[in-house]
Amino acid sequence: MSYRPERRAPVQALSEVSLHASEGELLAVVGPSGCGKTTLLELLCGLREPDAGTIECPPAALMPQRDLLLPWLSALDNAAVALRLAHMPKAQARARASKVFAELGLDGFEQARPYELSGGMRQRVAFVRTLLSGKQVLCLDEPFGALDAITRAEMQNWLVAALTQEPRTVVLVTHDVEEAVVLADRVAVLSPRPGRVVTELDVALEHPRRRTDPAVVALREQALEALGSERTSEREQVR
Amino acid sequence: MSTGKALRIVLPAAVLVALVGGWEIYVDTGGVSQFVLPAPHSVAGALWNNSELLWSNFKTTAIEVVLGILLALLTGFSAAVAMHFSSTLRRALYPLAIGSQAVPFAVLAPTLVFWWGFGIFPKLVIVAVICFFPVLVTTLDALWSVDPDQLKLLRTLDASRWQAFRLAEAPAALPAAISGAKIALAVAVIAAFIAETSTGATAGSATGLGWEIVNDITALQTAREYAAVVVLMVFAVACFYTLALAERRLAPWAHRSRGEVS
Ligand SMILES: Nc1ncnc2c1ncn2[C@@H]1O[C@H](COP(=O)(O)OP(=O)(O)OP(=O)(O)O)[C@@H](O)[C@H]1O
Ligand SMILES: [Mg+2]
Repeated sequence: MSYRPERRAPVQALSEVSLHASEGELLAVVGPSGCGKTTLLELLCGLREPDAGTIECPPAALMPQRDLLLPWLSALDNAAVALRLAHMPKAQARARASKVFAELGLDGFEQARPYELSGGMRQRVAFVRTLLSGKQVLCLDEPFGALDAITRAEMQNWLVAALTQEPRTVVLVTHDVEEAVVLADRVAVLSPRPGRVVTELDVALEHPRRRTDPAVVALREQALEALGSERTSEREQVR
Repeated sequence: MSTGKALRIVLPAAVLVALVGGWEIYVDTGGVSQFVLPAPHSVAGALWNNSELLWSNFKTTAIEVVLGILLALLTGFSAAVAMHFSSTLRRALYPLAIGSQAVPFAVLAPTLVFWWGFGIFPKLVIVAVICFFPVLVTTLDALWSVDPDQLKLLRTLDASRWQAFRLAEAPAALPAAISGAKIALAVAVIAAFIAETSTGATAGSATGLGWEIVNDITALQTAREYAAVVVLMVFAVACFYTLALAERRLAPWAHRSRGEVS
């Protein structure tokens, strides 16, 4: 998949990526910045067409890297926007969203406009919006990037709990290898641009996983190594 | 915040006092004839003595300007939306809209009078046509500058084209249209003046401040002429702040970055 910007050379964002996620699986995608992770999610959601290859994916909801909340709607209405688009009555849509708000520690900010929220709060609102879309597949683009360590851990636990309650197929893009190992059933490591799959790691561990669990640490090291070796091999090629 | 609010009134007032004071001294010390430039005190006198006449003429002009701007807002916004949705329409009409701005209305006036007579309507149309353009341009630009990622996101949430417009594009275009109207206001009053002087020739329809000013010029009633101008100026300022207030009410999010805590 390549971008063809005007007046600049085309950029090949992805090459020969072959990934599969089974139903109910949480697939994490890690890779260096600019390797095409966001592009991959946009392909999955049908927002871009691949130059070559095929994508088979049931309808997917995207949580974009930038939150893209609508500044003229309250936080609650932003979160409930998918329900409103599906013609659910306003009161009912708000009630559903505010239930999740409370669970994510956003209560009290229902009426706030997006610009009155912190970056982490906006991210959580965008997360609720994606979740409430009711789509079978969720594409999360660095969903917890703007959160502090503690809130991030809380959100991760909450995500795992929410997914056990209501299983969905999730493709989670992240910079954070540890987050990938703690949350995912499988971790795909991408190479620098143009992205291709370097390794896929199976994480066959029970939830809840502890960061300090030796198995988690070992997998994390493995993933980091895969990321790092790609970097060095690329540097050698340049020389 | 109260000092800031006080300054907002004190500052323009100080400028006004300095200007009017300088003007008064200039005329009083014989710098210029009263028939060419009346002193502020005679303008004030004319304002007072002719208040009834000015008021009745003002009403006509005010209606022309207000209705003209509202008409321009409505048609400018609709035209922008239509051109946003249809590139064919945009290609066909945009150059014409630009060209229409170059037409001196004295040329068109006879036709407008032929169609609609000497009443208020042709004047209102002239004001609207002149104000239409800034509204069209600002609205169209705002519609264009909506983040494409925002629209993509709504698409993944199954928004129809119309829903996406309502949720993402219309709210962005609304404050822009009002901004356009604010720019248009600067010319709207002049437009009303031109409209009155070019389409209002019979005895019954010869009302409005524009008409009044033209009459006063020929009758050498310079003080009254300036009084009429003062009324127009105050009216323009009042309209401007009304629009600014409307913008604030309708689009509070557009003002968040000013950081005004009141
Ligand atoms: N609309 C676009 N036009 C041209 N090039 C683009 C466009 N979007 C992305 N690219 C290029 O494609 C490559 C991959 O971009 P992408 O956003 O998918 O990276 P990413 O892996 O999500 O990076 P990050 O981790 O920094 O978010 C980059 O080199 C980027 O410059
Ligand atoms: Mg990205």
